[in-house]
Amino acid sequence: MRFDYLAPPTIKEAISLLSKYNGKAKVIAGGTDLMNLIRTKMIKPEYVVDIGHVPGLDYVKYDDKGALSIGALTTIRTLEMSAQVKERHPVICQAAAQLGSMAIRNVGTIGGNLCHASPAADTAPSLIALGARLKIVGPAGERAVALENFFTGPGQTALQRGEMVVEIQAPSMPPHTRGVYLKHSIRGAADLAIVGVAVIATSNGGCCRNVRIVLGAVAPTPMRARNAEEALEGKEIDDALIEKAAQAAADESRPITDVRGSADYRKEMVKVFTRWAIRGVIPKEETVNETTHIIQRGEK
Amino acid sequence: MKQLIKLRVNGIDEELYAEPWWTLSYVLREELNFIGTKQGCEGGHCGACTVLIDGKAVMSCLYLAMKARGKDIMTIEGLEGENGALHPLQEAFIEHFAVQCGYCTPGMIMTAKAMLGENPNPTEEEVRSGLSGNLCRCTGYTKIVEAILSSAEKKGN
Repeated sequence: MRFDYLAPPTIKEAISLLSKYNGKAKVIAGGTDLMNLIRTKMIKPEYVVDIGHVPGLDYVKYDDKGALSIGALTTIRTLEMSAQVKERHPVICQAAAQLGSMAIRNVGTIGGNLCHASPAADTAPSLIALGARLKIVGPAGERAVALENFFTGPGQTALQRGEMVVEIQAPSMPPHTRGVYLKHSIRGAADLAIVGVAVIATSNGGCCRNVRIVLGAVAPTPMRARNAEEALEGKEIDDALIEKAAQAAADESRPITDVRGSADYRKEMVKVFTRWAIRGVIPKEETVNETTHIIQRGEK
Repeated sequence: MKQLIKLRVNGIDEELYAEPWWTLSYVLREELNFIGTKQGCEGGHCGACTVLIDGKAVMSCLYLAMKARGKDIMTIEGLEGENGALHPLQEAFIEHFAVQCGYCTPGMIMTAKAMLGENPNPTEEEVRSGLSGNLCRCTGYTKIVEAILSSAEKKGN
């Protein structure tokens, strides 16, 4: 584990260093993921570029329309505890609270969790379901990428030479829209997800609209379960339909077998957790109570 | 190449020459002799290396020493009161027999200190969830939770 440590004071200088040392440099924000990759020799960067000294990348802001902007250096713990986010995008807090132990959340950042591009990243499914976009800056200026298109493989992203993520943006949640993120893991938050499921839908007791179902840890990248979404879109939800959607999500997931679970087990758990998550966003008293109970147990 | 850095540990400024890839846990133990901080898994899973940075619990095995410059670092040694008096959390751990082999204890106590700093009157569930990043391989969790709850209660009195 040997590298040079560079601490650029501005975004401009960070970009210039990342361009100059393309392929040899890695960005460090909190470092909770990067240090592990370096320690286990998964990567051997010659330069580590610490963006922690760049001012103005740590914020949580809402505009007049209720759209959310999060600075890339905002810690997971800050998101988890934000009263504003809890009120307006509670699913983000729910996901943040399930990412690692408190000591990891105190240091790990939202930008880092996304750019590390783990298929199991806990913040990704709910942000994709919300339709989040990333603001990326690089040598050619600024561009925006939908988070859904950002991940290109395990540890791989759409970032080009010299580019870095500076902001995560999410539109406001329309009225009667609910979101749920459920994580299945052995040690609760402290462990990596075996399966993660985010479901967001708009429903006022009648038909279900704007359904988004996003799965984590069961494909090379976080993935939308489009067949499952389609099964519910514009329909009045009953148990049979929930079952159909849950099965569709399991069918379209592409998990691998690893130390945390076999592919078959993961598919089965996609079904179970998708079912629970859908029940969590449908405003029927019985189903919601039942799911709330399950979610609370899951969080303990 | 080593460079001169200054770290503030337990209220005292320490100067040392550090390699850029040294972690905070390595520097604390090997360079500054704060061996109360333990290294377990060195991957952020076990919590034995937990210290406080600006009052927040942090896994020092995943934290670059370079990043700790200008911040307030507190290790288990920093809990010592006047004339070597133990911290109320340490007293509670002894009273409740919350120490078996002792290796996880500094991390448990530093996590507990951060937890009680944010939430002085936690429920048992909150204590258990707050400790989810700290492993005790003797599996003596019940006593540890009891010790933390009793320390919280005493402070309230």
